[in-house]
Amino acid sequence: MATVAADRLFGKSIKRREDPRFITGRGQYVDDLKLLGMTYAAFVRSPHAHARIRKIDISAATRHPGVVAVFTGKDMTGVNSLPCGWDLRKEKKVPGVMQDLAIVPHMPLTSDAARHVGDPVAVVIADSHEAAVDAAEKVQVDWEPLPAVTITDKAAAPGAPKLHDGAPGNVAFKWEIGDRAATDAAFKGAAVTVKKRIVNQRLVANAMEPRACVARYEDATGDLTLWVTSQNPHVHRLLMCAFVLGIPEHKVRVIAPDVGGGFGSKIFLYNEEVVCSWISRRLKRPVRWTASRREAYLTDAHGRDHVTDAEIALTRDGKILGLRVKTTANLGAYLSTFAPAVPTFLYGTLLNGVYAIPAIHCEVTGVFSNTTAVDAYRGAGRPEACYVLERIVEAGARAAGMDVADLRKKNFIPKFSGAFQTQVAVVYDSGDYGAAWDRMLQMLDYRKFRAEQEAARKQGRLLGIGFSAYIEACSIAPSKLVGALGAGAGLYESGKVRVHPTGMVTVFTGSHSHGQGHETTFAQIVADKLGIPIEQVDIVHGDTGSVAFGMGTYGSRSASVGGTAILMSLNKVIEKGKKIAAHLLEASPGDIDFSGGEFRVKGAPGKSVPFGAVSLTAYVPHNYPEGLEPGLEETSFYDPSNFCFPFGAHACVVEVDRDTGNIKILRYLAVDDVGNVINPMIVDGMVHGGIAQGVGQALWEGAVYDGQSGQLVTGSLMDYALPKADMLPMYETDRTVTPTPVNPMGIKGAGETGTIAATPAVVNAVVDALAPLGVDHIEAMPLTAERVWKIIQGAKSAR
Amino acid sequence: MKLPVKMTINGQSYSHEVEPRLLLVHYIRETVGLTGTHVGCDTSQCGACTILMDGQAVKACNFFAVQVDGANIMTIEGLAKDGELHPIQQGFWEKHGLQCGFCTPGMIMSVYQMLERYPKPSEELIRHQLEGNLCRCTGYHNIVKAIEWAAEHMPAKK
Repeated sequence: MATVAADRLFGKSIKRREDPRFITGRGQYVDDLKLLGMTYAAFVRSPHAHARIRKIDISAATRHPGVVAVFTGKDMTGVNSLPCGWDLRKEKKVPGVMQDLAIVPHMPLTSDAARHVGDPVAVVIADSHEAAVDAAEKVQVDWEPLPAVTITDKAAAPGAPKLHDGAPGNVAFKWEIGDRAATDAAFKGAAVTVKKRIVNQRLVANAMEPRACVARYEDATGDLTLWVTSQNPHVHRLLMCAFVLGIPEHKVRVIAPDVGGGFGSKIFLYNEEVVCSWISRRLKRPVRWTASRREAYLTDAHGRDHVTDAEIALTRDGKILGLRVKTTANLGAYLSTFAPAVPTFLYGTLLNGVYAIPAIHCEVTGVFSNTTAVDAYRGAGRPEACYVLERIVEAGARAAGMDVADLRKKNFIPKFSGAFQTQVAVVYDSGDYGAAWDRMLQMLDYRKFRAEQEAARKQGRLLGIGFSAYIEACSIAPSKLVGALGAGAGLYESGKVRVHPTGMVTVFTGSHSHGQGHETTFAQIVADKLGIPIEQVDIVHGDTGSVAFGMGTYGSRSASVGGTAILMSLNKVIEKGKKIAAHLLEASPGDIDFSGGEFRVKGAPGKSVPFGAVSLTAYVPHNYPEGLEPGLEETSFYDPSNFCFPFGAHACVVEVDRDTGNIKILRYLAVDDVGNVINPMIVDGMVHGGIAQGVGQALWEGAVYDGQSGQLVTGSLMDYALPKADMLPMYETDRTVTPTPVNPMGIKGAGETGTIAATPAVVNAVVDALAPLGVDHIEAMPLTAERVWKIIQGAKSAR
Repeated sequence: MKLPVKMTINGQSYSHEVEPRLLLVHYIRETVGLTGTHVGCDTSQCGACTILMDGQAVKACNFFAVQVDGANIMTIEGLAKDGELHPIQQGFWEKHGLQCGFCTPGMIMSVYQMLERYPKPSEELIRHQLEGNLCRCTGYHNIVKAIEWAAEHMPAKK
């Protein structure tokens, strides 16, 4: 029987309940699954960036021992293109569309041409992984190589090789936000204007677990089960059933078990999971596929890849007057699931930052290129916006001859609660930007640092500091709003609370944990609300067979949207419990209070009944209110009324070695405001990991394509520099707390703060370090020792 | 052609006939069925497959199964004794040294050797010793803390 919990858990750093299975090697990831009669898939991929397929000869592969079947795109009749879930078209009345999105086909196995290295053209199914891989090498593709374009600002240049008939000039869309005329006017009268090219290079998410899927079709029932590395299993099911395979949704169960990190890359519907599902139905046998890391580099949706010209206008004394941004966003060869949303509504709408900017205009051109498709990667659009703004603000401060910290403080939006209308459509929920900023400066001891820097410079040392005052849009998102912006889906979340007869509780959430710790944080909410020990609460996620529906986890939405749905169901459980308790206590439901796991009659001490007794009564309704349904289980769907806007202030202190160009991070400070926090330990962990990824982009990471051959040069962990332990410092973190009025728990969202804030802070620090050499801007990342050394040499020879 | 291979894993003897090219990590995962040892890359960078072989932390993707005939291996599944977590496991739990958990088994096995060699490692040494293990979630901050916790709580050597 349920007992009563002692303490309130909301706000406590309790240890994670999921950890025991992970630290003992008993997590269950997709690739751990082995089924009777299982077959293994190996994909035949294009070695060319761009090539027409003349002919595919599968005969030798088919004859290979152990091979069950070989399929090409032509075999997959009746299968449709992978869908793009964001429709930027004028006829859909999507605001800001200057040129309609070119919706180009993306077939699960391409049969006309390959458009990037790694594009799958055939698949071999065999009794063993080894046989499948061996036979895949025997598939003979007669390629006609075509010229390729991979470089962002060349993809739509005149004469560039054309990727799709439906996208003339390789333009995917043109879009704008803000007020062009007002921005032009602001620049005309401005005393100070600065224009800089700012490149946000392409990244690869690199979740440590490669993507994988197992598809099992049961002929006797017609049921298909797909285990897949997904951040949103219901979305996978919906897209696969309704758009690609045309199979009944209720006959498909998608399970995302333990998933080893996502960072956005596991949101999307990919070729391989569709192909394996189709094949399992066809062969009536289970099919497993697991990406090699090389395949992950070639096929996981990449992130970022923007080239931007940004201009800022200021008064002589450093008041920002206007911001003008022109961005080319490389979408890769095909439209990934949410690709068009990332460089538009998740980017342009964040360009107001934390500043009172009177006029903003942003224009974005999306382009196709012979590269892996680009979509959301941790932060998705918001890091790109923050990077542009925080770099150009510091450039503006330098041009105005002002301290970068003073200029920021002068331009912060004053503290507010409830609503701040930005110049780029969105309305902020609550903010106290100065408070986070002041706390960060205090931790840093800014004036002292500047004195130390002055002294170091006299000794010839290159010491620098960089800041980032960021904002992000989380708690994604109000369905009506995103629908008006072109989304093909709603962005609510579901939460079901099932109270068992003994008072134990199982919660079914549409959010999905792939490292976020929902089994702990959601249980903290439940235990508090019902007044029961956390051990009596289980959280179930990642299974369309048991969870009502779900939009999944991304955009820092789990606690704020998913958690609120659970809270709503808890409230419904308590309301029903009051009716049952009232009956048992011979009182009116209006006279019943619930707290500490007890239903009590107001003003009548001693007249109470515990939660467990009420649960039992709900299932053994012998003495029960007339007309009330038995059982104690409630489901809620929560659709937020607005985004939430976390913010904060980060700072990075670096020293640059003037002989080698090597950068050492001396300090990294983060003061984040993510609203109320359920579990500080988990939020701190998220901040740490985000910072590491943001620093990684600034200093080491970057997906590089060879401009001639279109080969992905950084196609393995030997070539793509993922941050290691000895490359990073300990992080100094703190928080201010400005709850959001948008949801009842006041939670804003914490998953992406570090990734958004860290990159500009680090690069700004390096620019500051190199200032004595006359450097006032760095265009491209990552700031490898080689690149920095070249900048130093260039600055020296310019003198 | 298949070759016989015998080894002890977590105190239990196994013998199989396997293809000579079968990697040790796939032998452990697919043939023996111990899936706690993970595969995160194909170039021996990530360290998710780190195990102990005859007391040495090695990456199981760097060996063919037949190459280590007769070896005594411990995987993550063999670390906790009688349901009691090893201090390294406990440290990762106490200090939130993991998020998605995928790199964790390899990390823990790697740390096992680290603490045998350096019972009281400095932060700098810990970071250097983690050279062969990648984590994408934690930014390493809490992994360092977890290892420091484990070092403090390791039983004294007899």
